[in-house]
Amino acid sequence: MRREAPRSIGDYTPLFFPALMLIVFFVVPFSTMIAVSFFKRDPAGFYKTDFVFDNYARFLSTFFGSVLGFSLMLAVLVAICCIAIAFPFTYLLTKQSRKVQTVWLVCLLSVLSLSEVIIGFAWSTLFSRTAGITNLLVAVGLMSQPQALLPGFGAVLTGMVYQALPYTILVLYPALVRLDPTLLEAARTLGASPVRAFFNVVTPALRNTLVATLIMVFVFALGCYLLPQILGRPSQWTLSVLITDQAIYQSNMPFAAAMAVFLVLMSLALVGLTLLVGRRENAG
Amino acid sequence: MSGLSLNDITKEFGDFKAVDNVALNVPHGTFVCLLGPSGCGKTTLLRMIAGLEEPTSGRIVIDDEDITAVPTHKRNLGMVFQSLALFPHLSVGDNIAYSLRIRGASKQDQQKRVDELLKLIHLPGFADRPVAKLSGGQRQRVAIARALALSPRLFLLDEPMSALDAKLRESMQVELRQLQQKLGITTIVVTHDQREAMTMADLVVVMGEGRIRQAAAPVEIYRKPADAFVADFIGSTNLLPVSADSAGRATVLGSAISGLTLPSGGSKASISVRPEDVHLTAPGNGAIDGTVTFVRDLGGTIETFVEAGGKTIIAVATPRERPEVKVGQSVGIVLPPESCVVLKS
Repeated sequence: MRREAPRSIGDYTPLFFPALMLIVFFVVPFSTMIAVSFFKRDPAGFYKTDFVFDNYARFLSTFFGSVLGFSLMLAVLVAICCIAIAFPFTYLLTKQSRKVQTVWLVCLLSVLSLSEVIIGFAWSTLFSRTAGITNLLVAVGLMSQPQALLPGFGAVLTGMVYQALPYTILVLYPALVRLDPTLLEAARTLGASPVRAFFNVVTPALRNTLVATLIMVFVFALGCYLLPQILGRPSQWTLSVLITDQAIYQSNMPFAAAMAVFLVLMSLALVGLTLLVGRRENAG
Repeated sequence: MSGLSLNDITKEFGDFKAVDNVALNVPHGTFVCLLGPSGCGKTTLLRMIAGLEEPTSGRIVIDDEDITAVPTHKRNLGMVFQSLALFPHLSVGDNIAYSLRIRGASKQDQQKRVDELLKLIHLPGFADRPVAKLSGGQRQRVAIARALALSPRLFLLDEPMSALDAKLRESMQVELRQLQQKLGITTIVVTHDQREAMTMADLVVVMGEGRIRQAAAPVEIYRKPADAFVADFIGSTNLLPVSADSAGRATVLGSAISGLTLPSGGSKASISVRPEDVHLTAPGNGAIDGTVTFVRDLGGTIETFVEAGGKTIIAVATPRERPEVKVGQSVGIVLPPESCVVLKS
């Protein structure tokens, strides 16, 4: 159904409330943050109104540059792992009976009810030497003695993938349910093995959904600051951790704001790049 | 034997027998229509031939090779789905070339075959168009070309015309039949449209409740239906009870029909008479007495509904053949014995 385009101011009324919310809770705080990022730090108090580029200059050191690089890399890796696990899993899930699907989805939703803190400590127990999963491997005879798997990069990655996976599956599920199953059958009658048909037909048919999901998990992982602290070494701390550290413990609001602005810009750039690549491939 | 042979195929879904002990031999190059109401198991049977479903028991043999356990992608068949299932992300040419690409054919070979097939389906020069920009009939043809790209030994179509409007459907039926005859490929079409089956098929297989009710040439199915189910499903018909009177003559609605014999041993059966075979005359003279209850003048034909002995008998004739009759008029119904088919009960 085609609707008429809104013409008078009155036609826009339904948009007023969301617009107001967006201004109050996003535009205003974000503008404040951008403003603060140019302020000068006052060691005695909070900050002084000013217009300096010191905060950004400080950020362009190798240390913070490498932290930014690591944060982006980690978020990308989490997004890729989530898609790699969730996409085949969700596809197979949609092939199951209604009952099996419901049970799985309820279980996944219940994972969502866990807070980041609980997930972090649960995994830190599972990865510990005294009570961790390596004890099971020892009991089975695969390892000679229990081992601590944290702190470490693998532990951080596992925790973050675990946290983001339910979201990934829930976003992919509706698209995969709607996918015409005869597309895959057609590919099979044309001589493609089921695995090949999956990559040839299902993946391209859902490319837009996959790109959108990738971006969602990426942004989600970028904001994660508890799990790297609980499960990782300081060298695996993300920019979000440093921002929290600067803002809350070092009371250096202007520098924290500068880092946050930079993080937002970098992630926007990356999202834009992904969309651009996706569009070009679509056209070609 | 060259061709397709189904040996006692049964498919059960839980307690439900979707396909019940189906046996059928299809000689090479035959055009078969699996015809039946929805839920009769025809699509399940086709999907088993394609390898998309596994039969609970029975064997599927093509050209003396047992393919029951061969996975779909190794069966070398072409299939057109009800939804057509064209790949939305590929152009017309890439859709048609998909099976060739899977086999690792060279770019030139793919190009050549695509051009050949596009010419065959009367869409030359369409190779670079996106699938979404095609009309219903064009999509249909592309789906057919894609299925035929590898010259499969079996061509399967699952209700291929159901998405098309009535006029386009009729012309596609003729086109598909001509294409099949040109290529001489063994073809199986699932349909619930008996006109479609009559137009295209060498062999019509009427299915009901998972079983084959009758498998024969279209005209034979129409003229000599095996049972009431087939008679009723193919075209319209008058199903009337017939019994033997004291003298042993076959009697329909109180009138003896000479020349009609009941199956030996039985004294009761039913007969099928096609509406165009029913003649209306003046009452008396041994004809069945009836009263006209409704007349439908369709221009090309006139349908007369006559009530006789609690049954409504439909008679169809062209306006030239039919004497003017009016609702409420008494008429005599004559059933020519050669047109009465005694049905298995």
